[in-house]
Amino acid sequence: MAQDGARLRRPRVRPATLALAGAAAVPLGFLAVFFAWPVAAIVGIGLRSTGRGPGVLDLLTSAETWSLVGFTLGQAAAATVLALLAGMPVAFLLARCAVPLRGLARVLVTMPFVLPTVVVGMAFRTLFVGSGDGSVLAIVLANGFFNVAVVARTVGGLWAHTDRRAEDAARALGASRWRAFTSVVLPSLAPAIASAAAVVFLFCATSFGVVLVLGAARYRTLETEIYLRTVQLLDLRGAAALSLVQLVAVVAALVLGARARRRHETALRLRRATETARRPRGGEWAVVAVAVCVIALLMVPIVGLVVRSLSTVDGWGLAGYRALLGSGQHDTLGGVSGVDAAVNSLRTAFDATLLAMALGVLASVVLSRLPRRNPRVAGAMDAALMLPLGVSAVTVGFGYLVTMDALPGDFRTSPLLVPFAQALVATPLVVRTVLPVLRAVDDRLRQAAATLGAGPLRVWREVDLPLVGRALLAAAGFAYVVALGEFGATSFLARPDAPTLPVAIARLISRPGELNNQMAYAACALLLVVTATVVLLVERARVAEVGEF
Amino acid sequence: MRRSVLGRTVLGRWARVGGLVATVALAAGCSLVGGGDSGQGGERKVVLVTHNSFNPPKELLEDFQKRTGVKLEVRASGDGGALTNQLVLTKANPLGDVAFGVDSTFASRALEEGVFQPYRGPEADKGPQRYAPQGNQDRLTAVDVGDVCLNVDTGWFQQRGVAEPRTLDDLTQPQYKDLLVAEDPATSSPGLAFLLATVAKYGENGYADYWKRLRDNGLKVTSGWEEAYNQDFTAGSGKGQRPVVVSYASSPAFTIGDDGKPRTKALLDTCYRQVEYAGVLAGAKNVDDARKVVDFLVSPEFQAKVAESMYVYPAREGVALPASWQQAAPLPERSAELPADEVRAGRERWVEQWRKTVRG
Repeated sequence: MAQDGARLRRPRVRPATLALAGAAAVPLGFLAVFFAWPVAAIVGIGLRSTGRGPGVLDLLTSAETWSLVGFTLGQAAAATVLALLAGMPVAFLLARCAVPLRGLARVLVTMPFVLPTVVVGMAFRTLFVGSGDGSVLAIVLANGFFNVAVVARTVGGLWAHTDRRAEDAARALGASRWRAFTSVVLPSLAPAIASAAAVVFLFCATSFGVVLVLGAARYRTLETEIYLRTVQLLDLRGAAALSLVQLVAVVAALVLGARARRRHETALRLRRATETARRPRGGEWAVVAVAVCVIALLMVPIVGLVVRSLSTVDGWGLAGYRALLGSGQHDTLGGVSGVDAAVNSLRTAFDATLLAMALGVLASVVLSRLPRRNPRVAGAMDAALMLPLGVSAVTVGFGYLVTMDALPGDFRTSPLLVPFAQALVATPLVVRTVLPVLRAVDDRLRQAAATLGAGPLRVWREVDLPLVGRALLAAAGFAYVVALGEFGATSFLARPDAPTLPVAIARLISRPGELNNQMAYAACALLLVVTATVVLLVERARVAEVGEF
Repeated sequence: MRRSVLGRTVLGRWARVGGLVATVALAAGCSLVGGGDSGQGGERKVVLVTHNSFNPPKELLEDFQKRTGVKLEVRASGDGGALTNQLVLTKANPLGDVAFGVDSTFASRALEEGVFQPYRGPEADKGPQRYAPQGNQDRLTAVDVGDVCLNVDTGWFQQRGVAEPRTLDDLTQPQYKDLLVAEDPATSSPGLAFLLATVAKYGENGYADYWKRLRDNGLKVTSGWEEAYNQDFTAGSGKGQRPVVVSYASSPAFTIGDDGKPRTKALLDTCYRQVEYAGVLAGAKNVDDARKVVDFLVSPEFQAKVAESMYVYPAREGVALPASWQQAAPLPERSAELPADEVRAGRERWVEQWRKTVRG
């Protein structure tokens, strides 16, 4: 019947298909120019080069490479499970519970995400490694720490809009709270959970600073090994071979994730978020308590950083904060003050967010319309958009060097390359936040609107937009935060006279001088304040949201 | 609690208008687009490609412009290794005209790939060239030397009445058990220099055995200088447990307390020397001015500032060190060194062997 319908409507579907293809061309084109081309170019150069390192085949078949792959995927899987377990109660708290201080909780959860990995690595090092050296547990915990926010936000975004009544009906029919959760709530959240898991997995599989600091030479991943081969050993061939392995592993993980996601996607009855949140009852308080514990644990390293920023050689003091007005002991930041770096961060992240939102929303719209006709194409496009999360920042950075000079005005040295690279990382998160909600929009609403004579654009404005308003805001806020915290590509591309805050922190911490150290920690605190302000502003914007319903 | 329909609509519209205004305002103020970079046409400029430790006082760069009429633009990113690789990858269409920061551990690679064109300035023979790589004095000009040495917390040893270690061999002795923290040579530049120091001292056949003895004597390894010095070293900014650390010869200059005395000291018999070079890039568009930059980097004015701005020693002879350096961080005189091509040939093998030995 559906086929009949499609056949009947075919002549009228054409322009819509064209529009869809046009919309898809924008994000895919960006991806092709600023991701696929540079990565392919640098990998190509590596594979063709005749270095002194081991040959490509030797490397691909060596037991060491495979144990590297095993460890990379294993620690990423463990951290993903951890982030899911810790993030779900928090998502529940943020999405479902009308309790005081919920806004604060939302802000606190997001904070870890922006901190430079080196600093967090060092914080975890004092907490978990102590006198020993290298700890898998610490790596997994730190990666989990960073990513609880991803789970809480991605899952919470959908959860806030799912109708409560099905769950209540199940309870009324005698299902236990747990039964109602597993048979009603969980299946409806499955797409968001799978989305979050995929993102977290990619972040953890390519996590660099954390593994470096906490692995202490004992534990290595594909990511640290690619960096080592590219930057330290100048062995591009080896790096290219490992990049291919990384790419294959990531694509495999994405395909598995997408398969799991597709199986569960259904239209849901979406409701306004304020309708779905209520005061927790009975056993729900236990979940709230767990969520509060998770948030408290997340705060431990953060409080540690703040304490560190306030302690000087002679007791407590604000020397580090005063130093933010200057450019560090012995002018470590080269005339750029901590405040300048913060402003750079804000401006860069702003551009990155605009770009990521434009690309991510277009992509989400396309993806939400595609599957009915062509699940394969949708799957491939979805995976392609996620890929930048799974490829080493070093590979992309060096790829820019060998390709971007072909763009007008020698783009290699353009200040815009930084927000572009950040947008590459933020776009998948926009897609993952917006798409589950868009896909949950009941298609019959769109069909009804179309029947009443609305064109595709009008349908989107009248049906989709109001339903996903909150998700769009959440996505923008999150994209901004991702861009603020992005370090890998930014540290490679940012010009010395325009470092972002994380880049400045890394520079301060790697130079001698007690004041530099204090300033680095004070700069972390500043970064946290900036992040909190941004998240709060987004929260505020929600009060008068884009006319939800 | 429920807002009236009317209230919501009005609020919604205002929110939309407000949001739009806010967005436009933000876009104007927050974006990078339009701001910054006002590259004037017609101005003569020369571009220096370097690593992110290059951080001379601004006035020096302005002086250069005043004197020569050429604007010196600096493009810095990554560390010495990343810089070398960048230069190699972009040699057909370089990012600039002149490069500074390729060091003696990476120089062979850059030279092999033909990254630099010949230039030997009049200033080069006033000292710098004693550090230049053998056979390539005409392409690379030494700008500074940085030595990696073991550093000790002098107070720690004094308090316990234990004699400070002096040599590499000392550290394998039982009285120094569990006292040393060193960086992974695979991920850290001082870590690599220290590995090279042991190769220079014990030879290809003996260094692995030395590291085995260090390991058995309770060596601790970190991946970066930050953790080793700031967290594990007793005299660093954290409250660490280890009074001996692999750091730089210059580090003690930054531990001078209010009493005017340094809290740490470099062990001058354990040092390895790394030299940083400048050279004119083979694909330079502005060769004349690039040469001026090389001369500028070894000029007395610039050389006098390398210590404080980059934590290294001037290559030029007769340049005074800052007072704190003279007191706490004199230039080591018996530093080990390996020829650049030997480093290039051996480094991966040594690092691999180090991993097997120390990490088992």
